[in-house]
Amino acid sequence: MSQSKLDLLQGTLDVMVLQTLEVLGPLHGYGIARRIEQISGNQVLLNQGTIYASLVRLQQRGWIAAKWGTSDNNRRAKFYSITKAGKKQLAQDTVYWQRLSGVMGRVLAMHGEGGEQ
Amino acid sequence: MRHSLREAFNRIRSFFRKDPLDQELNQEMASHLEMAVEENISRGISAEEARRQALVRFGGIQRSLELHRESRGLPWLDVLTQDLRFTFRTLKRDYGFTMIAVLILALGIGANITVFSVVNTILLRPLPFRNPQQLVRIVEKDPKAGESSKTYTADATQDFQQRNRCFQSVSGYFAFTGPDNFKLIGNGQPVPATGILVAEGFFQTLGVDPSLGRSFRSEEFVKHAKPVALLSYPFWKRQFGGDRSIVGRAIDLSNTSVTVIGVLPNTFDFGSVFSPGAKVDLFVPYIMDDFRDDGNDLALVGRLKEGVTLAEAQSEADQLFPQLYFDHKHPQIDAQTGKGVYTGQLTRLKDYIAGKLRRSLIVLWCAVGLILLIVCVNLSNLLLARLAARSKEFGMRSALGARRGRIVRQLLTESIVLAAAGAAFGLGLAYVTIRYLAHQGSIALPLLSMVRVDGTVLGWTLLIAVAAAVLFGSAPGGRMSSGNLQDLLKDSGGHGASDGRKHSRLRSTLVVTELALACVLLVGAGLLLRSFLRVLELDLGFEPSHAAAISLDFDDGEKPATRAAKWREIVEHISSIPGVETAGIADNLPMSRNRSWGIAAKGEQKLNDRDFIPVFVYIVSPGYLKAMGMRLLEGRDITWHDILDNRKVVIINETVARRLWPGRNPIGRPAFAGGAEAEVIGVIADVRESGAEDNAGAQMYLPATKQFGPEGAYLVLRSKLPSTALARSVMMALRRIDPGQPATEFKSIQALVDRATSPRRFFVLLVGIFAGLGLLLAALGIYGVISYSVTRQRPEIGVRMALGATEARVQLDVIWRTMQLTLVGISVGFVASLAVSRLIAALLFRTAPGDPLTFAGMIVLLGTVALLAGYLPARRASKIDPMIALRSN
Repeated sequence: MSQSKLDLLQGTLDVMVLQTLEVLGPLHGYGIARRIEQISGNQVLLNQGTIYASLVRLQQRGWIAAKWGTSDNNRRAKFYSITKAGKKQLAQDTVYWQRLSGVMGRVLAMHGEGGEQ
Repeated sequence: MRHSLREAFNRIRSFFRKDPLDQELNQEMASHLEMAVEENISRGISAEEARRQALVRFGGIQRSLELHRESRGLPWLDVLTQDLRFTFRTLKRDYGFTMIAVLILALGIGANITVFSVVNTILLRPLPFRNPQQLVRIVEKDPKAGESSKTYTADATQDFQQRNRCFQSVSGYFAFTGPDNFKLIGNGQPVPATGILVAEGFFQTLGVDPSLGRSFRSEEFVKHAKPVALLSYPFWKRQFGGDRSIVGRAIDLSNTSVTVIGVLPNTFDFGSVFSPGAKVDLFVPYIMDDFRDDGNDLALVGRLKEGVTLAEAQSEADQLFPQLYFDHKHPQIDAQTGKGVYTGQLTRLKDYIAGKLRRSLIVLWCAVGLILLIVCVNLSNLLLARLAARSKEFGMRSALGARRGRIVRQLLTESIVLAAAGAAFGLGLAYVTIRYLAHQGSIALPLLSMVRVDGTVLGWTLLIAVAAAVLFGSAPGGRMSSGNLQDLLKDSGGHGASDGRKHSRLRSTLVVTELALACVLLVGAGLLLRSFLRVLELDLGFEPSHAAAISLDFDDGEKPATRAAKWREIVEHISSIPGVETAGIADNLPMSRNRSWGIAAKGEQKLNDRDFIPVFVYIVSPGYLKAMGMRLLEGRDITWHDILDNRKVVIINETVARRLWPGRNPIGRPAFAGGAEAEVIGVIADVRESGAEDNAGAQMYLPATKQFGPEGAYLVLRSKLPSTALARSVMMALRRIDPGQPATEFKSIQALVDRATSPRRFFVLLVGIFAGLGLLLAALGIYGVISYSVTRQRPEIGVRMALGATEARVQLDVIWRTMQLTLVGISVGFVASLAVSRLIAALLFRTAPGDPLTFAGMIVLLGTVALLAGYLPARRASKIDPMIALRSN
């Protein structure tokens, strides 16, 4: 079952986290992980624990900020929100990923057309 | 990029806040899991299943924690601290091994640091003057007459100062100052002091500014100027307690009131630069007009102009020097060539000081490098033995998932920790040694007092520590990375397997290398030692043992008659002291300073300059020759009558006799000596006057009369009693005759000779210590390898003994193995030594580089020690009880 899921490429999780926070506002780690799973339609292989490595990295780069708070069901949790620098970075990353996926799509399509061999 | 800077900063911060961050993450993960469980339960799953699923989705708490740590902190540093912690634990457990390894390394590295700091000070570091590369020493091209041909007259110096175009300034100092030529009279007993006369601009030329007060001014170099003096820093501290108000005050120097105008900086040590080992207390102006008629006495130092090369200055000097006059009143021109008698050889001051020592120091440097190499080989060997003993540990770790790289890294960490500990202790050792050397007045090496541990030395320490770690760590590390770890685990104890054999072959190679290196060191040290012994057994021409000298002070009012009476009184009084065999006075002692006059055989024709040969001159009293233990070959000693009657007589040495009157008896012949006619009354055996290894030069001995005034005076006495026992009665007798006699110490003549041979002694001692160390290490290496192989072969030996092999047979086998290693090592070492001994040939004295006795002696020594080292394990092997050995297998 796990073989059918997508392995995350280096750096993609960071972009997903930034985008989630940008769209949904402050969230805790569990919330972010769940949201990414839902959006991807359970297509990505995500050990939820790995999200914390990504969160601390983004935090240290100054792209997200963290604050302890209380969740909907009254549980203490750390809430993350995107910073100004994070937004700027996300904008750059978005352009980059869109260009890359466009190029990849074209390259792979070419392979499909000439695929008689 | 700003964010990567921020990230780096945050990573470092996180590294030091591990615990709070981990705690925070644990809380975060706990609440994460609870939220997940809650969500699962709300979907109707049982509590237990909900928790299980939550954990599965989370994917390993420990792994997440590690990932978190890796991305927030400094993972490589974490690994390093882990390795270090583990290393410390292992090394602490192997206490004995660690001690030996660190000790060996400390000795090797310490020796290297010490030698490097000496090399650095004498050869590499610039002199402690402003722009030292511009400083040049000027001497005669062919210095055949000792110090006199390294000096120039006042007239010649002034001419050169005025006519040269290449120098900013040229100055010099009076080169013939004996120690304790002044006495400082103040409260209590007069204190002897050594003062150097320096020409105008001497300190400006060197670029030395007084740390207190001012330097000399031009008007202080004029005849009858008000006497002034500059104090050296140690003298100021010692005699005046560092009193700053001394500047401007007058002190009484040898009954003259002299104004102190300044104190020189502590960093300026005249003795260590210009006259190794000598202690200089003060400086006074050299007033040219006072020395016009005195011949060559200024040692010249010049500072080149900006941008002028040494070659340019040299070609100018080649033109100018032959035009210089010895004396304006009596121009000396060679009758044949029509040119002047002077030449000028320019040498950079640094090269002039260190040049002669370069070769010795480089040899020393190489020797100490060899020691480090032997230390590394030895340690490599120890580590390999340890590796074999730890093979199970490594096999286990690899089975538990440690990657090979990680294990190699662990091994290298161990090497580096050992090297660092060795370097730390070595640095301490070197520090103590260096301090000792720097305060050693008895070693006549230039700049030695300036040897210290500085930044360069610390850098060098770091370099050799790392180099050593890589050298001795690479063999075990390499083996670990090439060997099969699974085999290690399988191999029960390492015997029997082919891998084990390869292992012991590597160790044998290392021991052979070690033996060869030790052989080279031993042979080198042996050759130097033999040269040193040859120097010691030289016939000096006098008997240094049982003779002592003391510097005399007396007031003769510059009248020869008074002086003669005083001298006679002193010599007769001292000779009558019980225990004193004989006494005499001379104005100079062998091996201390140097000056030369001229002597010629007087014949029918008028004497030409070329008829004179430069001779070293002593102005002496009767009894001096006997007190020094010189041998009168023909004729007689000077008598008091010669002095009182003002007879013009001279005693010459064999060299002079041979050169002036070849094949004829010189006794009774007229000579022209020291500017006056004199009759030759005696011939003495040659005396080495300026150093044990220099050839004896021409010498003459003149009575202190009207014509031949002495410069200072030394009382020399010969006695079987130690000079300390005599000091009181001699000093009392001297005080009775002259109350102004300063409290100078007795100098044993043997000490003068020892000082002259001290550089060679210093090198021999160091190289000898290194060779001894090398020998010890090689023995240790042999012992280790043989001992290890005996341990490995225990069962085999047990079987053989059970089958009837005798103890002697077993012992012989082990010793035979030792001999094989030793023979190979010594053969390689022999060939290498032959090559190396050629390289040090220039340092040897009357010893052939291939001296068979030294080679044979050292090889026998090395072989014996190696066999002894092998004998101990051999004995152990023969004591193996076959029953126990077989059962333990």
